[in-house]
Amino acid sequence: MITSFLIKSLDRTILVAVAILLALAVLVPVLNLLTAPDHPLHVPTYLVSLFGKYLTYALLALALDLVWGFCGILSLGHAAFFALGGYAMGMYLMRQIGARGSYGNPLLPDFMVFLNWKELPWFWYGFDMFWFAALMVVLVPGLIAFVFGWFAFRSRVNGVYLSIITQAMTYALLLAFFRNDMGFGGNNGLTDFKDILGFNIQADGTRAALFAASALALAVSLVITSGIVRSKFGKVLVALRDAESRTRFLGYRVEHMKLFAFTVSAMMAGVAGALYVPQVGIINPGEFEPGNSIEVVIWTAVGGRGTLIGPIIGAILVNGGKSIFTAAFPEFWLFALGGLFVLVTLLLPKGIVGTAQHYLARRRSYRAETVSDKGAGLRASEPMAAE
Amino acid sequence: MHDKNEKKPKSLLYLDGVSVSFDGFKALNSLSFIVEPGELRAIIGPNGAGKTTMMDIITGKTRPDEGEVYFKGDIDLTRKDEAEIAQLGIGRKFQKPTVFENHTVWDNLELALNRSRGVFATLFYRLMVEDKARIEEILATVRLAARRDDLAANLSHGQKQWLEIGMLLAQEPELLLVDEPVAGMTDAETAETAVLLKEIAKTRSVVVVEHDMGFIRDLGVKVTCLAEGSVLAEGSIDFVSNDPKVIENYLGR
Repeated sequence: MITSFLIKSLDRTILVAVAILLALAVLVPVLNLLTAPDHPLHVPTYLVSLFGKYLTYALLALALDLVWGFCGILSLGHAAFFALGGYAMGMYLMRQIGARGSYGNPLLPDFMVFLNWKELPWFWYGFDMFWFAALMVVLVPGLIAFVFGWFAFRSRVNGVYLSIITQAMTYALLLAFFRNDMGFGGNNGLTDFKDILGFNIQADGTRAALFAASALALAVSLVITSGIVRSKFGKVLVALRDAESRTRFLGYRVEHMKLFAFTVSAMMAGVAGALYVPQVGIINPGEFEPGNSIEVVIWTAVGGRGTLIGPIIGAILVNGGKSIFTAAFPEFWLFALGGLFVLVTLLLPKGIVGTAQHYLARRRSYRAETVSDKGAGLRASEPMAAE
Repeated sequence: MHDKNEKKPKSLLYLDGVSVSFDGFKALNSLSFIVEPGELRAIIGPNGAGKTTMMDIITGKTRPDEGEVYFKGDIDLTRKDEAEIAQLGIGRKFQKPTVFENHTVWDNLELALNRSRGVFATLFYRLMVEDKARIEEILATVRLAARRDDLAANLSHGQKQWLEIGMLLAQEPELLLVDEPVAGMTDAETAETAVLLKEIAKTRSVVVVEHDMGFIRDLGVKVTCLAEGSVLAEGSIDFVSNDPKVIENYLGR
């Protein structure tokens, strides 16, 4: 009874969330582009980009929720997939600069000219085409997650050990991308982008379009994730999260299940990174910083893991708080973040949304019981076990 | 040697000379054991006799150091993992009831149902009419029809045990391994469980590990007594419980 109610209300929650995201995708660009700067409802461009950035963070948190909330894989390296997607987009944006760079080389990005490289490394081929870059945005994080997961899940690495090796993975990538010889711009990363799909990346219209794209990507990913966790596959994920060996004895290949969820999640994180880079205008190895991945875990925990919309709300709230807080007391932000994590863990272990859902479900079942007490005939006809 | 080869094809489960040790402790010591198709077998033995280890080996959780384990004559179980063995048709019920607490009774059974278990098969699975009917049937058998929409976490201990038995039925195994099914049950529940197991054994082979001698007597089947990792005695309950070695090792005093 309770669960069927919950499922219904969850369906409605997802629908509402998708509707809000779609409305935002239309409304914010309209308010930005079509209202005069002194209009009370005008949304300035810097806010459009800021909110767009939050939405990409929300998508990253949603991706983490699929593996952490439903599958029990506490990945402390999800920002790595985000950064990989970001680099793929960054490479496309670099090649769009063409001869407009400081050195005016029509083929090589500035940093390669600076390093005295004569030709484009092979892995930069194809990135002048948007479709190719877009494909790499999902393929590269997906492939790395697949290979990493293949070995980790097959060897039955679980719990803290898995978390630690995901940290090691993002740290290894951090060190690799810092090297100039890697061909990804070393510690400066990729920046000084000019345009995307032929549109000036600084223009208000492009910024608004990127915001709309982020909202749309989040809405689509939310529907996909919701479909995954609501399917029988999603039930298997929860089953293996709670009792892994029991799930094996039912005949499920737990490692395949985890691998699929992990790979899909990494691809979603890659898309988030690709939308993030044009909105902030830079991607550098700092995005692989282990601390970044841990922040994603905090957003997800604050919003409520295993609730899908919780991580979205958590990512937006925490990052909104971060923007305000770092402007007011820049030195104290990390203390505030740490304190927030401790408080949520102690007082709201289910996160904001998880706790709210818990109370709603309790109120509903209480109401349902009082209703069925009033109508005695109803109780007999309904197969409801009220203990 | 000749006799052994003759026995193998007929038996459903065949263990020969199985040994395994953990950190020098010999959990199983050249254990040999045969289950025929359609047989209901009870296994008794003191703590540490190797009962659970034997189940671990049959279900692929533990690999034996030496010895042969064959299912249906020619399937070598020592080369397969848990999921494969479960798909072959060997079901296992654990000592502690392990149901999926965050799922409803219905979902627990749906997950256990013997359908394709691949990633995409489950992702695009739709609950068919016959699957629905099968789950309804099992719910009735294990007497949980009224609680189908409740979370498994909210069931009583005995109900969890039954749900787990229901899940095993849904799995449609040819061989069912049951570890202490009546531990912690009331007398009435114990008697009902004996009836249920005998009913189940009509269509498949069942191996029951149990300490409760009254329950074993209720089952009225062939009993194997294990001690120190090998078979001590085998036969009817009266034969085994009168064996001096069994009395010394297990029944005691």
